[in-house]
Amino acid sequence: MDILKEISECLQQGDDQKVFAFTKQAIEEKVPPKEILECGLIGGMNIIGEKYRAFEIFLPDVLMAAKAMYAGMDLLKPLFIKEGIPTVGKVVIGTVQGDLHDLGKNLVGIMLKGAGFEVIDLGNNVPPERFVETAKKEGAYVIGMSALLTTTMPVMKRVVDLVKEEGLSGRIKIIIGGAPVTEEFAQKIGADAYAYDSVDAVESVKKLLKKP
Amino acid sequence: MREIIEIPIDDAKPERFDVLKTQGIPFGNDLPEKVKTLLKRAIDLFLEFSQPLGIVSDISIPEFGSVYHGEGLNEKENPLDKIFKKADNLALFAITIGEKVSKKIDQLFKKNEFALGSMLDSVASAGTDKAVDIVENHFLNLLSNKGEITPSKGMLRYSPGYCGWHVSGQKKLFEFSHPEDIGITLLDSFLMKPLKSISGVMVIGEKEIFKFEDSYPFCDQCKTHSCRDRIRALFRESRPDNKKGVV
Repeated sequence: MDILKEISECLQQGDDQKVFAFTKQAIEEKVPPKEILECGLIGGMNIIGEKYRAFEIFLPDVLMAAKAMYAGMDLLKPLFIKEGIPTVGKVVIGTVQGDLHDLGKNLVGIMLKGAGFEVIDLGNNVPPERFVETAKKEGAYVIGMSALLTTTMPVMKRVVDLVKEEGLSGRIKIIIGGAPVTEEFAQKIGADAYAYDSVDAVESVKKLLKKP
Repeated sequence: MREIIEIPIDDAKPERFDVLKTQGIPFGNDLPEKVKTLLKRAIDLFLEFSQPLGIVSDISIPEFGSVYHGEGLNEKENPLDKIFKKADNLALFAITIGEKVSKKIDQLFKKNEFALGSMLDSVASAGTDKAVDIVENHFLNLLSNKGEITPSKGMLRYSPGYCGWHVSGQKKLFEFSHPEDIGITLLDSFLMKPLKSISGVMVIGEKEIFKFEDSYPFCDQCKTHSCRDRIRALFRESRPDNKKGVV
């Protein structure tokens, strides 16, 4: 079997040790790192995403695949840095000020990295200004915010307003999610997208950045 | 009456179904071996790292009226406002399974053990709910032993942040029942720490008082409408699933 297909298959099975071994082998066989990433790792994760959306697999399968993805990525990262290969895009994520729930946000970060994005995770209890400052400083095109408390949802609007006030609305897109957050709320506060779960978040971010 | 309850960890072990539901796995699905192994490992970690504790405090209707009013931010029309005034008994409760589980979940994520971390989070959430059931049963038994429970009576619990009870209600609830005594603290955003904690009020009364239509303005924002199942369970009714139906 083609080694990139092997990587993709093993990733879909959540076999991190085999993904590590095949990625190492592919690097040794001089397969271009970008090809290993796009055809092997991201290719496998894309199939995982499709299967998840079709209810053929469930969250544990997705997360085992993500772990396998990371095993391969750990080998590729130094090569990308060395060769100056840019990532798919930068995304700043965090749980909004006043909220400490970060499981959902962590899952979004894992899945975004799995799709090849560079993720700057600000953690939880993040003040509105920090989202915007970091996005500006890092040249990120997307801010992703999570909230699990209705009382902390207004912080999301504050970030949207800050981005507008700084005249960055066209450049920095905002995506929000979390248990009490809805599509309607996202529209009401002027966010660019709402994500139902981590897999949906990846698709939404891709659409925002017009990535295939 | 105010009592701190040490909940035996084995009693708080959640049902498989409740855990898998939060993982998005429908009931009846044949689980792959690796998911079964993951679930077993997560339950073992839950049993190792959880320290469930509960606190329950009697409260009179006028006292609860003040707690419930909270910071004055509740929805103008809401079901609990009508229900608690007709109650026979009320008790504030708070339970936690402690901070160690949350720390373990964080550690697992940092080690790229995402599936196990996420499964442990689901086990811990379901275990926290189960611990509340235990505290609820404990309180119900106390009343039953005093002869205060009859077949026409039932008990339901409500928490700040749900069904029109504004989450800022936590402030007065904490002032009255002091969950700090079992290690729960309240942050400025009214979030409880440890995260795997639940607080609220247990309402005991004639089953009829719990009926309401889920047609309040805020019901449209609710993603679960779990009140329907809770009320149905109280009456042990068997009826087709009707998300917006009248109980």
